Amino acid sequence: MCLFQCMMNYFPEEVLDHVFDFLSSHRDRNAVSLVCKSWYSVERFSREKVFIGNCYAVNPERVLARFPRIRSLTLKGKPHFADFNLVPHDWGGHVYPWIEAMAKNGINLEELRLKRMVVSDESLELLAKSFPNFKSLVLVSCEGFTTDGLAAIASNCRYLRELDLQENDVDDRKGQWLSCFPESCTSLVSLNFACLKGEVNMAALERLVARCRNLRSLRLNHAVPLDSLQKILVQAPQLTDLGTGSYVHEPDSETYIKLKNAIQKCTSIRSLSGFLDVHVQCLPAIYPICTNLTSLNLSYAPGIYSNELMKLISHCMKIERLWILDTIGDTGLGVVASTCKELQELRVFPSDLYGVGNAAVTEEGLVAISAGCPKLNSILYFCQQMTNAALITVAKNCPNFIRFRLCTLNPTIPDAVTNLPLDEGFGAIVKSCKGLKRLSVSGLLTDQVFLYIGMYAEHLEMLSIAFAGDSDKGMLYVLNGCKKLKKLEIRDSPFGNVALLADIGKYETMRSLWMSSCEVTYGACKSLAEKMPRLNVEIINEGDQIEASPDARQRVEKMYLYRTLVGPRRDAPDYVWTL
Amino acid sequence: MSPPLLGIEGHSQCNVSLMASSASADCISQNVSGLKERNYFGLSDCSSVDSSAVSSVADENKKNLNLKATELRLGLPGSQSPDRDSEFALLSSGKLDEKQLFPLVPSKDGICLLSQKTVVSGNKRGFSDTVDGFSEPKSSIFSDGNWMFNAAGSESVQPKLAGNAGINVMLTNRSSGAQPSIKVEVPAKEPQEANDKMNGSNTNSVPASKAQVVGWPPIRSFRKNTLATTSKNNDEVDGKPGPGALFVKVSMDGAPYLRKVDLRTYSTYKELSSALEKMFSCFTLGQCGPQGAPVREVMSETKLRDLLHGSEYVLTYEDKDGDWMLVGDVPWEMFIGTCKRLKIMKGSDAIGLAPRAVEKSKNRN
Repeated sequence: MCLFQCMMNYFPEEVLDHVFDFLSSHRDRNAVSLVCKSWYSVERFSREKVFIGNCYAVNPERVLARFPRIRSLTLKGKPHFADFNLVPHDWGGHVYPWIEAMAKNGINLEELRLKRMVVSDESLELLAKSFPNFKSLVLVSCEGFTTDGLAAIASNCRYLRELDLQENDVDDRKGQWLSCFPESCTSLVSLNFACLKGEVNMAALERLVARCRNLRSLRLNHAVPLDSLQKILVQAPQLTDLGTGSYVHEPDSETYIKLKNAIQKCTSIRSLSGFLDVHVQCLPAIYPICTNLTSLNLSYAPGIYSNELMKLISHCMKIERLWILDTIGDTGLGVVASTCKELQELRVFPSDLYGVGNAAVTEEGLVAISAGCPKLNSILYFCQQMTNAALITVAKNCPNFIRFRLCTLNPTIPDAVTNLPLDEGFGAIVKSCKGLKRLSVSGLLTDQVFLYIGMYAEHLEMLSIAFAGDSDKGMLYVLNGCKKLKKLEIRDSPFGNVALLADIGKYETMRSLWMSSCEVTYGACKSLAEKMPRLNVEIINEGDQIEASPDARQRVEKMYLYRTLVGPRRDAPDYVWTL
Repeated sequence: MSPPLLGIEGHSQCNVSLMASSASADCISQNVSGLKERNYFGLSDCSSVDSSAVSSVADENKKNLNLKATELRLGLPGSQSPDRDSEFALLSSGKLDEKQLFPLVPSKDGICLLSQKTVVSGNKRGFSDTVDGFSEPKSSIFSDGNWMFNAAGSESVQPKLAGNAGINVMLTNRSSGAQPSIKVEVPAKEPQEANDKMNGSNTNSVPASKAQVVGWPPIRSFRKNTLATTSKNNDEVDGKPGPGALFVKVSMDGAPYLRKVDLRTYSTYKELSSALEKMFSCFTLGQCGPQGAPVREVMSETKLRDLLHGSEYVLTYEDKDGDWMLVGDVPWEMFIGTCKRLKIMKGSDAIGLAPRAVEKSKNRN
């Protein structure tokens, strides 16, 4: 060891630098920077991609001070439960300060990837104008901007390669943002505007596609009609990833025939999505490319119902990633199980969000998939019901799960056959899947399931709990047992102060903890905040549930705590109290 | 791994350990029988039929007790007998305030709590058990949310499903933890093959209106909004039923509530017919006793089919003109294009229909 250390000290920094170039994962780099001061120093100058899982854990100044050569920034803002309307609209997560700081410091920013952040048009404009080499903008579940901001990006980013908008809430001003790409722009590799609701200029789009010979990924919104799709595909047979616009046409029209021919030439397409509007009679046109697909997202295609889905999927033997609606039914999942032997990730979303109908999947579909798809490692499954027996079978069939998220549409439904809680089923999952990193549980659950989780889920990093557990013990099992836990989010469960305060040091090893509609009180949160200066303990106090000088015993409706190096944030709205 | 935590919020483990027949691991799960009422929603508790304290203990004990009921053993003095008594008392009390059980505004949405599949509860849990369970505060969930169970009018169905530990089962033994042995030893109730696949269409057609629990099911708003708009659009295409689902109400004479089916999931009359049979079989399986235990044995599937295909029931539909027609006369595609709702009529009531149907299709052609 001594000898090793001496040797390392003789390594010139350039060598270390070169070695570190091979480290792409931020976790590896974080680990490396902890070895010694000299490694820390070399690493920080060589890091170009910075990942920040919670934008409030640190501030722009500190990041830029440590990583002056940063070229790519990934930021995540709101807590995960914000996706489900549990976090008020203006809670925070603004990207502007980050862009501003980087602009001021002359950073050579090339890539910005944001998730659950508030992005204003102003930010986008500043972004577009401040970084001449800017290449890639990826926005996932963000909000706050309009197509005017996109126009600014299109107009100013001369070397833009990637504009990827996934499931954002964009105010579509029905302007001509797409037309703002100058004729000189030929660098686009990836363009995804599927989440926009308004129209784009078709001619401009077709020309853009025609001149961007490196375009590989194109996802259109549903305002793009089928005949434009056809023309586009003629221009871009090299596409590897396609998201259709409106897939509606008369099946015996000339346009459709042209489309069929165009698609047949697109032999590189490996990923397919879209079909928000669809005429199922036009689906056969895509059968030829189905055989090569590795990724298929039909979760926004409610118009493709069960029979058609099965027909389609029976062509897709190489699928590795499949996102569908539960209209596929258990039978359809059986077809998936027998066809898609390469399947790694499956997501089954509920089609019936307002509980009117009957289309849903049950434990049978899940068992079939587990039996038929040996490579399955990631699942998100919304189902009508579940049984312990099924989960135990699934655990046996698929010990390789990394992500296992089960959501019963009725959040506290017991085992459909035995009426017991689903503790044993989930217990089997965590016991069998030793590499499990992410778990969401649902159904009727007692503290027992958390005992299992604490005991067996050694690598668990993220756990989502809703309407589960009986007492503080449940939460304690998890906090004590899951050493690698990074994110814990709990709603509507009977966990209280005892659990919250039992091991407060634990929270500094985690990114964040969310508890809503639980049993924690104001007093406990305050006490926690006082003892742990490097945690921000935020109380979201909508509707003035807690008065100005609250009683310590009053229950807190929503609490979000996270570790931070920079103390309470200054952009919190009035109803967010950082204790 | 975790320090033993006793007496959290008053949970006492003492009285429960007496009941625990299984190993220590279960103690943890057992102790929760001393559940305190918690109201996670801040909603008003549904009025309990029984006091929660008694019932929850009784609940917890029920499973154990039934096991014990079949064993030859000496009961611990003073511990079990009262519970036994209380259990039986509950069973026979017929204190089924069903109205109270379903105080909730009926849900239009679907996920029926009643799992209508074969539910082998392994307990002789009568209807009253579910009543007890209902006093659990979590029951307040069911005043909201998509998953409201078949509220009004489930009475007639209820008894049959009681053996399934029907309604609100999730409320009863949250504490039951691991008690697999019990299930094995107590003979299962109604096999209910007929009901087997009913679950597939677990719709609750009672119209809803409830405030849904925020954020459940956990789906991104973007997805919700997108799908909501699309389904609206799909239904309006050309005034014809769009490529999306085509739900029509199905009623049955004498049944307390209606169902809904998606005609698009079937491609022949036969499929539709068998699906409806399964859906409505519970109503045709005869009367049930006052305590909720079915008087008759479960009918076999064939018998049921005979019922529907035989003289007793006829399947009819209301078409666009408002006329009631016999199902089966016109080609399937035409049928789903014109069918507005379905009705399972008693054969005797349907006598006048057939000639009219023939006439109509003549007129159409």
